[in-house]
Amino acid sequence: MAFVTANWNPLGEAFYRKIELYEMGWNLKDGLRECLVAAAPYGGPISLLKGHNRRSPSDRPQLEIYSSSGLPLASFPWKSGVVKQLGWTVSDDLLCVQEDGTVLVYDLLGGFKRHFSMGNEVSQSQVLETKIFHSPYGTGVAILTGALRFTLATNIDDIKLRRLPEVPGLQGAPSCWAVLTQDRQSKVLVANGSHLFILDNTACTPVTPPGLSPQASSIVHMCVSFSYKYLALLTDSGHVWMGTSNLKEKLSEVDTKIKTPPKQMAWYGTLLLFPSAVVMWDGLLIVVGECKETIQYHLDDDSILVPELDGVRIISGTHHELLQEVPGACEEIFKIASMAPGALLLEAHKEYEKESQKADEYLREIKEQSLLSEAVRQCVEAAGHEHEPETQKTLLRAASFGKCFLSNFPPEQFVSMCRDLRVLNAVRDYTVGIPLTHTQFKQMTVQVLIDRLVYRKLYPLAIEICRYLKTPEYQGVSRVLKHWACYKVQQKEESDEVIAKAVSVKLADAAGISYSEIATKAYESGRTELAIKLLEFEPRSGEQVPLLLKMKKSPLALSKAIESGDTDLVYTVVMYLKNELNRGDFFMMLRNQPVALSLYKQFCKHQEQDTLKDLFNQDDDHEELGNLYVKASYKDQRLEARIALLQSAVDEYYKAKNEFSAKVKTSDSPVTVTFFSSIQKSFLPQTFDQKCTLLFMIKTKNHNKYCCLSHRDMEGAAEAAIERRNESEISTVLSRCSATTDHLLMERLNRAKATAVKK
Amino acid sequence: MASHLFCGRVNLNILREAARKDLREFLDKCSGSKAIVWDEYLTGPFGLIAQYSLLKEHEVEKMFTLKAGRIPSAAVKNIVFFVRPRLELMDIIAENVASEDKLQPRDVHILFVPRRSLLCEQRLKEKGVLNSFTNIDEYILDLIPYDGDLLSMESESSFRECYLENDQTSLYHAAKGLMNLQALYGTIPQIFGKGECARHVANMMLRMKREFAGSQTQILPVFDTLLLLDRNVDLLTPLATQLTYEGLIDEIFGITNGYVKLPPEKFAQKKQGEGGKELPTEPKKLQLNSAEELYAEIRDKNFNAVGAALSKKAKIISAAFEERHNAKTVGEIKQFVSQLPHMQAARSSLANHTSIAELIKDITTSEDFFDSLTVEQEFMTGVDTDKVSTYIEDCIAQKDPLIKILRLVCMQSVCNNGLKQKVLDYYKKEILQTYGYKHILTLKNLEKVGLLKPQSTMRNNYPTIRKTLKLWMEDANEQNPNDISYVYSGYAPLSVRLTQVLARPGWRSIEEVLKMLPGPHFEERQQVPTGLHKKRQPGENRTTLVFFLGGVTYAEIAALRFLSNMEDSGTEYIIAATKLINGTSWIKSLMDSPEENLP
Repeated sequence: MAFVTANWNPLGEAFYRKIELYEMGWNLKDGLRECLVAAAPYGGPISLLKGHNRRSPSDRPQLEIYSSSGLPLASFPWKSGVVKQLGWTVSDDLLCVQEDGTVLVYDLLGGFKRHFSMGNEVSQSQVLETKIFHSPYGTGVAILTGALRFTLATNIDDIKLRRLPEVPGLQGAPSCWAVLTQDRQSKVLVANGSHLFILDNTACTPVTPPGLSPQASSIVHMCVSFSYKYLALLTDSGHVWMGTSNLKEKLSEVDTKIKTPPKQMAWYGTLLLFPSAVVMWDGLLIVVGECKETIQYHLDDDSILVPELDGVRIISGTHHELLQEVPGACEEIFKIASMAPGALLLEAHKEYEKESQKADEYLREIKEQSLLSEAVRQCVEAAGHEHEPETQKTLLRAASFGKCFLSNFPPEQFVSMCRDLRVLNAVRDYTVGIPLTHTQFKQMTVQVLIDRLVYRKLYPLAIEICRYLKTPEYQGVSRVLKHWACYKVQQKEESDEVIAKAVSVKLADAAGISYSEIATKAYESGRTELAIKLLEFEPRSGEQVPLLLKMKKSPLALSKAIESGDTDLVYTVVMYLKNELNRGDFFMMLRNQPVALSLYKQFCKHQEQDTLKDLFNQDDDHEELGNLYVKASYKDQRLEARIALLQSAVDEYYKAKNEFSAKVKTSDSPVTVTFFSSIQKSFLPQTFDQKCTLLFMIKTKNHNKYCCLSHRDMEGAAEAAIERRNESEISTVLSRCSATTDHLLMERLNRAKATAVKK
Repeated sequence: MASHLFCGRVNLNILREAARKDLREFLDKCSGSKAIVWDEYLTGPFGLIAQYSLLKEHEVEKMFTLKAGRIPSAAVKNIVFFVRPRLELMDIIAENVASEDKLQPRDVHILFVPRRSLLCEQRLKEKGVLNSFTNIDEYILDLIPYDGDLLSMESESSFRECYLENDQTSLYHAAKGLMNLQALYGTIPQIFGKGECARHVANMMLRMKREFAGSQTQILPVFDTLLLLDRNVDLLTPLATQLTYEGLIDEIFGITNGYVKLPPEKFAQKKQGEGGKELPTEPKKLQLNSAEELYAEIRDKNFNAVGAALSKKAKIISAAFEERHNAKTVGEIKQFVSQLPHMQAARSSLANHTSIAELIKDITTSEDFFDSLTVEQEFMTGVDTDKVSTYIEDCIAQKDPLIKILRLVCMQSVCNNGLKQKVLDYYKKEILQTYGYKHILTLKNLEKVGLLKPQSTMRNNYPTIRKTLKLWMEDANEQNPNDISYVYSGYAPLSVRLTQVLARPGWRSIEEVLKMLPGPHFEERQQVPTGLHKKRQPGENRTTLVFFLGGVTYAEIAALRFLSNMEDSGTEYIIAATKLINGTSWIKSLMDSPEENLP
């Protein structure tokens, strides 16, 4: 196993190793020369824009997107403006910042998603330089304009542009700058010559890094670590200053002895014991750490550096390599002449395979120091950090061998490592091209990894991984299937039926699928019919309703809301309809949905009494109208109004043909009596007023007359009118009489009228 | 603190703890000192979940009642509204918020109980205050643990909403509550039900189960069966006067949220040695639950058996106190002293209940009570139910409380499967003439829910139901009951009989009767994940959750507890209801008497 250490280089107390990840699958004529390149961290995709400075319409630049292994994902000619910078968001979207400050967002497969502008000021003075950065709030864009001002957006999904204050004494472009995230705020660190400034929202503060060597007259390059904790500055004298990003502490200063400005500088991961930085010139790569020495690598080709959590990836025209500090466990095991328990265990297992008795000797040695569990732990951990499946296997076998001699050793670590490695090896595969280390994988979580696979439309692999890791269906398989379906419904060439069927068949067994989300996607891509079909599968009615309303399928939305049993949802739809439809249609729709209608009635009872009356009127619900009048009558303060309202109530009850209308003609009409009693009860105890009673009597009599009239009981009506000797009333009755049938009656009425007039 | 919740078959404290956890989490969301503005209706139910001390621990410094106008001043960082999702309350809140001091902005939060509502949020938006709220949240409080075997939604108007106004909000909450319960206690494999509302709730539950598919928790089911019962399947029981001790306390004094308020006079002299003190004027407030040993013992007894139980207890306690004379050695005395607090608590509890029993006895021995009970029992046995009852006539003439009249008339109507048109009209006329025309609305409501109805051409099937289900037992033994009929001294509540028959021999045996009762009856099964099937030990009882949609009476609870404790019943019951009701509170919830607005 000696070859394991062949690519190790010591630096101070640590070792560094360079592992080849892939031989690039792309075929680039000129390598990475003359290209704008952006590679996403966590083994993300790589985008290339060749000839981005070309402006002639006949010879457009070509935008290409590759996986980390160099397999093409997308390629298209660039038709928009001049691109200043490419970058990736945390959710694997490509950002292209143009000269005029417009930012175009593409997905990983080259599909255009949206664009946004960085503001007028930027578009007027043009973009000079730009940087794309990641913070806990998402992906941000920082721009240095031609007017030498900085404009910043911390989260591109929620754009709030901030224009930072001016940098004093800045004449031309600053020698270098970087974005920091400190105290939940994004700041810009600018170097102008040897002066350093920190720009935040309000102020520009000059700062000096402690212990920066005095020979330097200018800072030519700077970079910030992955976690914004450390800062490295490169001066024109070739010194690399390393310290914390708050500029309070210096870690070290190393002389590289190279005075030409570098191409790129990057931090190693900050999870490691010895923070270190990498500086790249043409054909040369230098690793600087805490001690004075450096490691130098020669590069054959133009390369770019991609800082990672626990290392730096080096992408060149032909190769893709990972430069990292050798993790502790690996170092312990593989270091030459190591006597660490893990190393001994590995040796023991090797001997055991050879069927040699030495295995026992080694094993005894570990057991005597009672370090066997430590040895197993080391082997398992080291397996996680190894890239080659063969090495992983050897280490895991050794661990499993050691486990046999331990009782009560918790198996979780071993089991989960085996699982993790299987997943990692699968995604590291050339065809997938996501070269994650175990540390990165743990940091980004399975959820995010699944998302990344989904973005790449690697649905089957994502599902396999979910199943293998036994992710709860809800978060795993179902989620992937949902994404698949969302993608499926956007395929224009297939018919609604075919897609709906395909989706339902595939998703049938999956639990917790949100069909409404899929339907929303379908609706957004203009397939309303398909959306409705898909909504049918949605078990949660509550989810269906908002989309149905959006699609203007209000009757369906209403019935779905009712189906859900959630009255609040029904109310929501009803209120929406009330605003959308005219009153007639609205009432009609409610009429077909009794549940909604009765809920609306409840609403009206408390909020809109008049609407309630209209509703009852429309339904000819005289009974309820009557009740309504009775209620209203008790609310009214004025006696006349009360009586009038009670009168209307009687009319309504009468129309409702309930028992009262039948009895209304008889002399001891319950209505009369109850009216009387009720009026008496409500008024008389307080104000016994003769007039009031009289008024009441007249009214009821009057009522009798009207009843008779409408019942064509002319005689009764005449009787009542004559008895009251009221001229106008007699005339009313007269006008209703027909000359042929009521001859006698007319005579009588005329006589009575004459006497009434005389009086 | 909540010891009464542990004693039952199912540990309902889990539910209470879950509710408390949610409450704490919400309170901690609003960091800093806070004042709570209460929707007054909620204070009672919340009292069952958390005492003031819990709120205090989470920096609640002031409590106010929700009122129009300004919130009283308080030096706090947060104002938290605890409200039901009602539009009229939103208007008040909007007014409150709008009149907040702009110079000293405080964080305002709103907590909807039991569920947030888009409609209310919309209203707040219209009023232009929606953005003033830092947090808008919901506190899911559906089923509140009330006692060791009792859950209540404390939703007062649920019966009225469901049957009168066709508003099924409370059923939705019931279904949600049952889903919550299943999340904590495992899926209930069997669901039975009778009635329209029961069907609706079961449908919603099954639907919600599908909705939550995939996110189920793996819990061994605690409940074997769920029985959903509509109140309108059994309209008769709440109308009858309850005759258990607890039932009578509720009938006479009214129990709200587990507390009863009693006239103070009886409890005044209790403090000996402070003879000169004035009589307290505040009503005495007592908490009633099974944490009190004596109360747990006598609450479900027929009142006629309570006296004997109390005197027996008195003897035991005085005997226990006599023990001190026998205590000779220091060790014995120490043992005696260590028991003292418990004995003193028992003595004061005995004193309280003796006083209550006296108060009740004054009423139950009155002629009035006896007469109306006689009439009730006549109706229930089917005597003269088709004629105008002279007793009711007399009562109306004497202008007895209207609710009493309505209870009796409704009872007659229910026992006769509707009244003859002539009889019905006569009653209505009498009532309107005596109590005022405004009650026509109440009468209409009663007709709408089926408590009052004209006799249809159909045969009166109440006697058949009574005979098949043995609703009337002539020889009810009040002292040592052998049948549930003891709770009404003869009448066995229909709802509980249905429950009893379901457990053994099953509803198939009474198919005919079930058809006579309103609404469908049904049975559903829910898949329980494999491996979670309960393996019942021989002799272990089944657990059934009986859910009364529209309310349950204390007498029914007593009857179910009696069934649980029966030696060979094989089933234990946990009871859930939308609300604990009695005839009076029930009829009251159905009344609609417009406020008089006198000139």
